[in-house]
Amino acid sequence: MILTDIIVSNAVIAIPAIAALILVFQVDYRRSAQINTIASGVAFVFSLILLMKGKETNDYLFVDDLNIVFIVLSTFIGFTTSIFSASYIDFEIGKGKLNSNNIRFYHAMYQIMMLAMNLALLATNIGLMWVAVEIATLSTVLMVGIYRSSEALEAAWKYFILGSVGIALALFGTILVYTAAEPIIGEGYNSMVWQSLLAHADHFNPRLLNVAFIFLIIGYGTKVGLVPMHAWLPDAHAEGPTPISAVLSGLLLNVALYSILRFKMIIAANSAVISPGPLMILLGLSSVLFSALMLYRRDDIKRLFAYSSIEHMGIITVAFGIGGPIANFAGLLHMTMHSLTKSAIFFCVGHITQVKGTQKIADIRGLTTSHPILGWGLVIGVIAILGFPPLGVFMSEFLLVSSAFAHQPWIAVILAIGLLIALGAMSNRLIGMAFGEPNHSEGAVRASVLPLYIHLLIVLIAGAYLPQIVVISFQNIAKILG
Amino acid sequence: MSQTSLDIAQLLAGMLLLVSFLMLYQDRLSALINRYALQAIVLAASVAWQAYTQQAAHLYVTAAIALIFKALIIPLSLHKIVKKLRVHRTIEIIGGLRITMALGVFLTALSLVVMLPATTSVNAIDREDLAFAMAVVLLGLLMMVTRSNVVSQVIGFMSLENGLILAAAGADGMPLVVEISVAFSVIVAFIIIGIFLFRIRERFDTVNLFELDRVRGEKR
Repeated sequence: MILTDIIVSNAVIAIPAIAALILVFQVDYRRSAQINTIASGVAFVFSLILLMKGKETNDYLFVDDLNIVFIVLSTFIGFTTSIFSASYIDFEIGKGKLNSNNIRFYHAMYQIMMLAMNLALLATNIGLMWVAVEIATLSTVLMVGIYRSSEALEAAWKYFILGSVGIALALFGTILVYTAAEPIIGEGYNSMVWQSLLAHADHFNPRLLNVAFIFLIIGYGTKVGLVPMHAWLPDAHAEGPTPISAVLSGLLLNVALYSILRFKMIIAANSAVISPGPLMILLGLSSVLFSALMLYRRDDIKRLFAYSSIEHMGIITVAFGIGGPIANFAGLLHMTMHSLTKSAIFFCVGHITQVKGTQKIADIRGLTTSHPILGWGLVIGVIAILGFPPLGVFMSEFLLVSSAFAHQPWIAVILAIGLLIALGAMSNRLIGMAFGEPNHSEGAVRASVLPLYIHLLIVLIAGAYLPQIVVISFQNIAKILG
Repeated sequence: MSQTSLDIAQLLAGMLLLVSFLMLYQDRLSALINRYALQAIVLAASVAWQAYTQQAAHLYVTAAIALIFKALIIPLSLHKIVKKLRVHRTIEIIGGLRITMALGVFLTALSLVVMLPATTSVNAIDREDLAFAMAVVLLGLLMMVTRSNVVSQVIGFMSLENGLILAAAGADGMPLVVEISVAFSVIVAFIIIGIFLFRIRERFDTVNLFELDRVRGEKR
């Protein structure tokens, strides 16, 4: 019994680790894609088992209401993306853009990234979490640069430098939190553990916590892609392989946001500290406005959706910045919906760029006629991400705008302006790509449409009906977040 | 802790900051690398002194890593890279020397103003260390944004990490996990940077990031 307990609680870390080891030695790329998918699937199953089991803690890992939602979401999208990745990679190999050595490396890195993200989410202490976020960054940097074109290398370099600076500033913030905790809790490991930090936070030196939070939000905020630290994000999304764009937008940004949320809980537990809310709202709103305006000038399809990710991370940050049961609920829901929708869009976009042989929006026309499945998938995805009713994103945005209105009307006004600008820009682009006379296509692709449909279906259903269990768990988390 | 050991700790931390300034206005690449090595030596001494006064044996490991890896291996390999890439000529400092130095002084003052009042509950040695460490971190950042050359940006980043290690060593009894991981991440970072440097050279025949800028944007 105890042995099975240990297996279950460490499985989401151990499975990717074992899979990565196997994949390093797997030369056949078809086989390695299968292993990648199976490992991701098994990790997802174990995350569900963790969800059933509920709270538990050991020395290094713990499960609570907050992180289990992130774990289930990220192992799920990790799984569906691995299915998409298999067919994407198949095409790239056929085109000769990647060779089998690249693929071996890619799959091993994919599992290491999953490991690092799960570790960051489950870590009991702020030091281990920092290490995990760092590993996740490095593994994605390597994957972004995998095409070795000059654009890909520059994107990877930019991502690496900005990501490292962000992570370095986050480490300084982490050290400051430890320094604040150490006189109260005592030297050593306990001063870095979330639960004990939270329990004693009220006695920490508030001025030190203030400084710490600024470093932490700038540091981890770089990884979230908040303006003005966002410069790496569009390049990394556009130049890397599309499955990586999907996991970057769907997962990695969330993991960085999760660490900010955890620290926010500690800061909020100390009554003498300046409230972290306004800073988060400021960064969030500037991300929404800036990226919405940037959407107009994009002519690269992956860049377009990368800017849309910045916009949505901004919206989520505003939601958590406002706080309170409704806004937190909206933030969680929006995060889930955005992850599912945006990764679905990238699944679509990946195959579209493959059949069209280009990422230029101007060269993609009439998709609904020439490739109905991909075309309509894209249309539904974009409609969902723009927040049209009755899809899931609409619900979370509606909740957020109304709670923002109750909190500070001007926040709601700015948010609404940003959303409308984005709506105009995106629908403009979408009409050109989806409808009209189709243009030349490079060839057929064996698209894996299953992940796409599953994601869109969930988003569609969530807009009309949220299961009671999800509502209750989100409400619980919203309460913890304060 | 006695007054003397406190003074020594502060002296070393102050020297670290001083070397940061030396690096900030250095416009020749090979000299910059040497100054980075000097900073690593000062860091090693500072961490070793912390290990001695805190009686924390594991900090000696961190000091040794700083001494062997950062003060010896990294500078040597960087010299090699610079020679191979033939970029040891003068590098330009964006915004000019005077403004950069003024900004450096401003950032240092900012660190002192922010950190000293914020750390009244912490013991004296940590206070000074944290303030100096923050200044070193900010100066490292400044160096990264004022250089167009990849190698000197990398050095700026590593100098920033020196500041982090100073802060981590100063925090009493901070678990070893963190220090090792920091050192480890430096190694990983360096390997990756090395790979990138060579690839960039392969592709562009330059390590000047301004040249890279022309490939940015939305093509294909």
